[in-house]
Amino acid sequence: MAGLVRRRARRQAVLRWVVVGVLSFVFLLPLFALLEFTTRGPGDTLTWDTWRLLVDWPALEETYPVLWTGMKASFWLVLLSVALTLVLLVPTVVWVRLRLPRLRRLVEFLCLLPLTIPAIVLVVGLAPVYAWVVYFVGGSSVTLFLAYTILALPFAYRAIDTGLSAIDVRTLAEAARSLGAGWLTVMWRVVLPNIRSAVLSAAFLTVALVLGEFTIASLLNRDNLQVAINQLGKSSATISFAVSLAALVLAFVLLYLLSFVGRRRRRERSVP
Amino acid sequence: MTTTAVSTGVAVRLEEVSRRFGTVQALDGLDLDLAPGELVALLGPSGCGKTTALRILAGLEDADSGRILVGGKDVAGVPVNRRDMGMVFQAYSLFPHLTAAENVEFGLRLRRQSAAARRRRALEMLELVGIGTHAARFPQQLSGGQQQRVALARALAIQPQVLLLDEPLSALDAKVRLQLRDEIRRIQLEVGTTTLFVTHDQEEALALADRVGVMQAGRLEQIGSPEDIYRNPATPFVASFVGLSNRLAGVLGADGVSVLGTPLPVLNASVAPGPVEALVRPESVDLTADPLADARVVAVSFLGPLARVTVSLPDETLVVAQVSSARLADLPPGTAVRVTLLPIPVVVSSPR
Repeated sequence: MAGLVRRRARRQAVLRWVVVGVLSFVFLLPLFALLEFTTRGPGDTLTWDTWRLLVDWPALEETYPVLWTGMKASFWLVLLSVALTLVLLVPTVVWVRLRLPRLRRLVEFLCLLPLTIPAIVLVVGLAPVYAWVVYFVGGSSVTLFLAYTILALPFAYRAIDTGLSAIDVRTLAEAARSLGAGWLTVMWRVVLPNIRSAVLSAAFLTVALVLGEFTIASLLNRDNLQVAINQLGKSSATISFAVSLAALVLAFVLLYLLSFVGRRRRRERSVP
Repeated sequence: MTTTAVSTGVAVRLEEVSRRFGTVQALDGLDLDLAPGELVALLGPSGCGKTTALRILAGLEDADSGRILVGGKDVAGVPVNRRDMGMVFQAYSLFPHLTAAENVEFGLRLRRQSAAARRRRALEMLELVGIGTHAARFPQQLSGGQQQRVALARALAIQPQVLLLDEPLSALDAKVRLQLRDEIRRIQLEVGTTTLFVTHDQEEALALADRVGVMQAGRLEQIGSPEDIYRNPATPFVASFVGLSNRLAGVLGADGVSVLGTPLPVLNASVAPGPVEALVRPESVDLTADPLADARVVAVSFLGPLARVTVSLPDETLVVAQVSSARLADLPPGTAVRVTLLPIPVVVSSPR
């Protein structure tokens, strides 16, 4: 009896690893192909020159100014888009839940709207708006964060809304208020700590979206990472593929790190 | 024993408080007085306005009209976070990311107490509610009853002027509910905080409160000591909502109501003479086995020391009697019994 159970457990473990193995093979093969291509030197030799250049930023800036500009723009775009998305969305969604529950459907609809509009259509609407943005604050590529915040809304909204559904915000807020907390304290000390992982995943989704955005930047004639990669692809395929791979790995590492956040604190304190 | 400072408690007064939600008149000119240190329970069916009254006192809802005085001062316009009222909610309301002790410390922290003082007070309060050993646990590691204890400790830690309990026991199972009910009373007497307790459970209200206010449709039907509410209900609603009552046909005359041939004193005066319904408590009904009688026992439910016996009269009216369970042996279903009423005052209402 015990032997049978053990044998079945072993068989399931084998099956599990086979599935994991096949999936990682399918997933990792193109990445390895990318790596192989970017390390291919003249006469089929192995060379790490491209990768060395990628971490030597002064040299990179000199060799590929377009790429450097795109990377810088994307860096600021990520920061500003995440900041604006969270600053706009978190208080709004919490407030709607607490005080204006009837508006919830409307807010959800508005936030999901960008998902249903193709980027190419969005650009048509954004172009005249950006004419004004240029007029007031100039034509820097970084101003794209306004458009990216709109693009990020559907994903960020879903993440935050799910986080809020997991807690009884209303009762928690009322309890905190009765204990003497003002609205800011309620937000900062009670709501945020309890939707931390939701906020983090909203932030991460926004990062991923901004790092991968091409259509709007390209059609509005701005620079960002993807536009630069595309441009470089025409002249220097090796560096453009190396950057793509690096961006992918970076995103993957970010995701992996994020899955650890919020776990450690709890474990530390749960010892009585 | 704990070294909790005994707060003297303040008087609370609600004057003519009204509140409407859309088409629903939740409160309709409610008047309510709480003496310093008193525990008053508001009792009523759901939708009677009892929770609205508590939330208006807390500042979580605004009254459309009327005044609320706490310690003689009008608190209109004072926001929730400055009203200095401790609250315990029906839903579990502990902050999930904080330990039990940190939850209790929350209000003290907002009052800028030092870490050491906070810690000491939190442990003291957790001791008071009987879970001092669980101070480092997170809410999800505590049972429902324990969570409500922490919530009570958290509400009391800030030494509130008034303690508001919004059906704090409703989500708990029966045994824990009884236990915690008694403890709430013990703790309330110990700290002496004026307390408003809202519940739909009459047994809870009668067991806990100094005075019970029975509410219906946004108004107080009657307020008085638990015994008074039970023995001398002022209206048919109170008589039927608090405790079980039989509705029996009777005839109202100048010197009382005649029910099943027995004259009974009447508590309420506002009903016109003639045919009425009298609300008779099961314990006022007596049964005697008598083979010649025309009433029959139809059902028996055993409640420990007491039992409820349902009897069918010849006209098919059902009457519930409460008898000592020692007498059950003589009253199996089918037994012919004689029904007599004890001359205890009753409430009458116009027949429905």
